[in-house]
Amino acid sequence: MLNEKKDLAIDCCLLAGRLMIESGAETYRVEDTMTRMAISQGLIGTQSFITPTGIMFSLGRDGSTRLMAIRHRVTDLEKVALVNQVSRKLTTNELTIEEAYEELQKVASANLMFPFFLQIIAAAIASGSFLILFEGSWWDVPAATIAGGIGFVVATFIHDITRVKFFAEFLAAAFVGIVAFLAILLNLGADLNIIIISGVMPLVPGLLITNAVRDLMAGHFTSGVSKGAEALLTAFAIGAGVALVLSF
Amino acid sequence: MTWIIQAFLSLIIAISFAIIFNAPRKKLLACGVVGMSGWMIYSGYSILTGDSVQASFAGAFVVALAAHILSKRFKMPMILFSVPGIILLVPGGLAYNAMRNVVENDYLTAISFASRAFMTSGAIAMGLVFAEVLMQLIFKYLRKKETTSHNA
Repeated sequence: MLNEKKDLAIDCCLLAGRLMIESGAETYRVEDTMTRMAISQGLIGTQSFITPTGIMFSLGRDGSTRLMAIRHRVTDLEKVALVNQVSRKLTTNELTIEEAYEELQKVASANLMFPFFLQIIAAAIASGSFLILFEGSWWDVPAATIAGGIGFVVATFIHDITRVKFFAEFLAAAFVGIVAFLAILLNLGADLNIIIISGVMPLVPGLLITNAVRDLMAGHFTSGVSKGAEALLTAFAIGAGVALVLSF
Repeated sequence: MTWIIQAFLSLIIAISFAIIFNAPRKKLLACGVVGMSGWMIYSGYSILTGDSVQASFAGAFVVALAAHILSKRFKMPMILFSVPGIILLVPGGLAYNAMRNVVENDYLTAISFASRAFMTSGAIAMGLVFAEVLMQLIFKYLRKKETTSHNA
């Protein structure tokens, strides 16, 4: 009986941790949340080791150690907020462990993303606005808007088909380059470089770079280095995609 | 006039990224305001001193402060507000330029762009960490004050 309850508590902690990492939460927050949830269930002295590709969670001397692999990562802030809410309620005893596990499973299977066309519009508008913030001329705004929107669409579609993130980013950057090049050719834009930079802004791994440095500063070297490698590969894919177009 | 346009556009960009990153629907405007404050501090500071690394530090510091205050106010994780806000400051253009020069075989230019991108992202991360430490100290102080006044 006691063991069953312990198992459920571990499952709950691991599921919460997995959801948070998959949605892009910071490493130390995942660790903190898992420890708090464990303590609220009477599991003292738990240890967790968290990397972007997997979680290890141990009860210490008199319990089992579990492992959870993490295969894909996106940025989904709403899920981070929901998991945080569940863990808050669990620690203040508003929810029992069974109810919390059910809630977490609901969060795991739910699709809470904004509709896809809204995301495309957001990416397009962001690209157009970035062009002005980068001190481009208003004449180039339509080209950057279209390039950003098309880049985002291509990145999402190719990623859905091939499941290879870097290939999708490579093709998306190439499309951004083609759109910018066509805009210059048709005399609808003036500065090729600034249109391309604004167009690839929704794709660049700025967040990953910053998170990587932050994890390194906090002493989470495994997470920091692997996030840094991911960011480097993404930046390389984007640079190569643009260069492919420019070399013709 | 350009200030108003910049403020408006940075608000729009932060909200757009909040949509792409799927922030909770009711907090979109708050995300936008965080991003706007960060960008305005960044651009004001970089005009004053002409140093974009220091300006990134100041901007990230303000973003993290604002995100912290909002996260306490709404009882939600801080990352919700800091992520869409920080995107505006992130050296995406520099990282792109560095990689473009690498694939075009111009390694010297690439290294200078890459080191600037690295310095800027380091400054942003430092701004975030410093603000976090500052807020923790303040909250610890406030809590201590509260408990002593209860006891008295």
